[in-house]
Amino acid sequence: MNLVQALNSAMDVMLGRDPSVVLMGEDIGYFGGVFRVTEGLQRKYGEHRVLDTPIAEGGIVATAIGMAVNGLRPVAEIQFADYIYPGFDQIASELARLRYRSAGDFHAPVTIRTPCGGGIRGGQTHSQSPESIFTHVCGLKVVMPSNPYDAKGLLISAIEDDDPVIFFEPKRLYNGPFDGDPGKPAVPWSTHPKGEVPEGHYRVPIAKAEVVRPGSDLTIISYGTMVHVAQAAAAAQGIDAEIIDLRSLSPLDEETICASVCKTGRCVIAHEATRFSGFGAELTAIVQEHCFWNLLAPIQRVTGWDTPYPHAFEWEYFPNQARFAAAFRVAMESA
Amino acid sequence: MANTSRLHLPPTPSRPGERPDFSYLQISAAGEVPRPDVNARARDIAALSVEMVRVLDEADDAVGPWHPHLEAEELQVGLRHMMLTRAFDDRMQRNQRAGKISFYMRSLGEEAVAVAQGMALRPGDMLFPSYRNQGLHIVRGMSLVEMMCQLLSNTGDMCKGRQLPVMYHSARQRLFSISGNLATQFPQAVGWAMAAAIKGEDHLAAGWIGEGSSAEADFHQALLFAAVYQAPVILNVVNNQWAISTFQGYAGGEQRSFAARGPGYGIAGIRVDGNDFLAVHAVTQWAAERARTGAGPTLIELVTYRAAAHSTSDDPSRYRAKDDYAHWPLGDPIERLKRHLIKHGGWSEERHRALQGELEATVAASWKEAVTHGTLNEGPRLDPDLMFEDVFKEMPANLERQRQAMRAERSGESWRK
Repeated sequence: MNLVQALNSAMDVMLGRDPSVVLMGEDIGYFGGVFRVTEGLQRKYGEHRVLDTPIAEGGIVATAIGMAVNGLRPVAEIQFADYIYPGFDQIASELARLRYRSAGDFHAPVTIRTPCGGGIRGGQTHSQSPESIFTHVCGLKVVMPSNPYDAKGLLISAIEDDDPVIFFEPKRLYNGPFDGDPGKPAVPWSTHPKGEVPEGHYRVPIAKAEVVRPGSDLTIISYGTMVHVAQAAAAAQGIDAEIIDLRSLSPLDEETICASVCKTGRCVIAHEATRFSGFGAELTAIVQEHCFWNLLAPIQRVTGWDTPYPHAFEWEYFPNQARFAAAFRVAMESA
Repeated sequence: MANTSRLHLPPTPSRPGERPDFSYLQISAAGEVPRPDVNARARDIAALSVEMVRVLDEADDAVGPWHPHLEAEELQVGLRHMMLTRAFDDRMQRNQRAGKISFYMRSLGEEAVAVAQGMALRPGDMLFPSYRNQGLHIVRGMSLVEMMCQLLSNTGDMCKGRQLPVMYHSARQRLFSISGNLATQFPQAVGWAMAAAIKGEDHLAAGWIGEGSSAEADFHQALLFAAVYQAPVILNVVNNQWAISTFQGYAGGEQRSFAARGPGYGIAGIRVDGNDFLAVHAVTQWAAERARTGAGPTLIELVTYRAAAHSTSDDPSRYRAKDDYAHWPLGDPIERLKRHLIKHGGWSEERHRALQGELEATVAASWKEAVTHGTLNEGPRLDPDLMFEDVFKEMPANLERQRQAMRAERSGESWRK
């Protein structure tokens, strides 16, 4: 399966197993979503389970909260992560804190799916990676898979979770892994081991990172599209990197991260989002707090530039293998 | 003449030192507004959104097609709930002034809204209150002690010390958790109602906001989603004329009534005398029947007056005429129902006085009990460990570490090795 089919399969499984699961969002019903993630699900489960909604992200999140309070498990799609801001008050002030403010009397098990990231010629309104805005909000779980197998298992975990989950889908990975070089022919998920996705129900746990490649030279901490770029960059530079795919940003699997960096003594952190106050800043702080005496070199960050995501300069903006190579150099040389 | 556009600034009828002026208010005579069938289409009854449904007339009689013909006993219960709400408010106001609680918000002059609406709905209906609907909690039987413990953030606080005073909740009594972020509950109520319809239940949801916060996007999205899915929901705008210091003209009330937003979205909009217990009850029952019979949502504008300050942190003498409430043309909801019951419901001044004394004693006794669970400065205190609970269903490792750190900090030890 590709990543789109894996997500579709997760929702298909959950709609079939649990009558309280409903999907809602712009264009997701009859049409099956602009990225086809919900294709066929309205036909299969009916218009009351898979709802087309008005273009009103605040209304989508708010009504999802109300539905969840009334016993449903809504999975709301925000068509692009760039469009999530009109719903931000309902997410940050309401969804995230309902359990807390009502001392557990009310809770809202809402999953918000949203495609993020660039590499698809989306310009500054269809390419953003706003994950750190949400990791900064107490009470939200934030996840981002990097492959079809994890995407399905994580989405099932998210839907079954009694806490709200913001589920970021790196849209450049929908149809295949991507090593950061737009000049190369596209590679389908069928060539990748994580494109092997079981049909039925399974979970990938939230709050658990995966070491996708063991190594001894340095640790790369990453998630989403950058996991693949990091792997290709390390291979190209001949670096024996230990690569960690976080999968969950909040709660964070600090144990896996710190065990690896304490072992290698060197750390590169990579995300597509802008650098300043990005999630990499939190990771850097955690690594230095726990691994300071094991560090052999300054922690390096590979990120997008601190500008909006430009349409014409997409590949100068996108964190590519060259940016990794520069980070590797500092991380390896200053020993 | 020069063709120059000018910024229009909605007028505020009376500021400090001026005579109160309510001539802007459009009022229909009691009994004058027709009562359409509950299944009438929104577009055919748009007139309801500009007129004003009233039942109690100047002679304290109940007149016209909206007369709900409630039993005298039920009206007496309504009177009692309103009086209890006011007695509770008065005492909590004084407690705040005496430094016993940090903050309070009275509903003085608006008691009929929450009490009559709460009584017109069924126990299975889900209520999404704003911060000035304490009559709903009283109608649903939340104990005064429970409410007071919330105000005190003491060991009996349902919110475990996490919310400002008056932000009550009760899942069991179907009273949603009150938010300090205005209007957010409005579209949430619509979502709750949508779920009821998806599940095929006949419960409805009702939400309340003030006319001021109807300016928020949440209000408009609530109306839109309610209209699109014809959700079984009652959306109530309590037009008490003031958003802290800002007159309702700045929320858009000058050009069009708030109820008139309804027909614009394809929703029945109805404007009602919010200080007329009978009219509020009748209109709410009508809207509830619409929702339950699949005739769709209703937007109700309850025209009332915020007789007191916005909150204990507010001083209205700085922005509005001092004796304004005495001139408010729709009178006082408790006085009006009382006079009606004296004339028609076996009530009397003596019984009224006796009830008032009984309710004040109840409030005083409840306070005595509430403070045994702790006060602001003395007595039992909530365990600060609770701060870390309920952020998530299960506490993640980082919060557990922070909880340990806070414990060490409190015990005076360094938590670092």
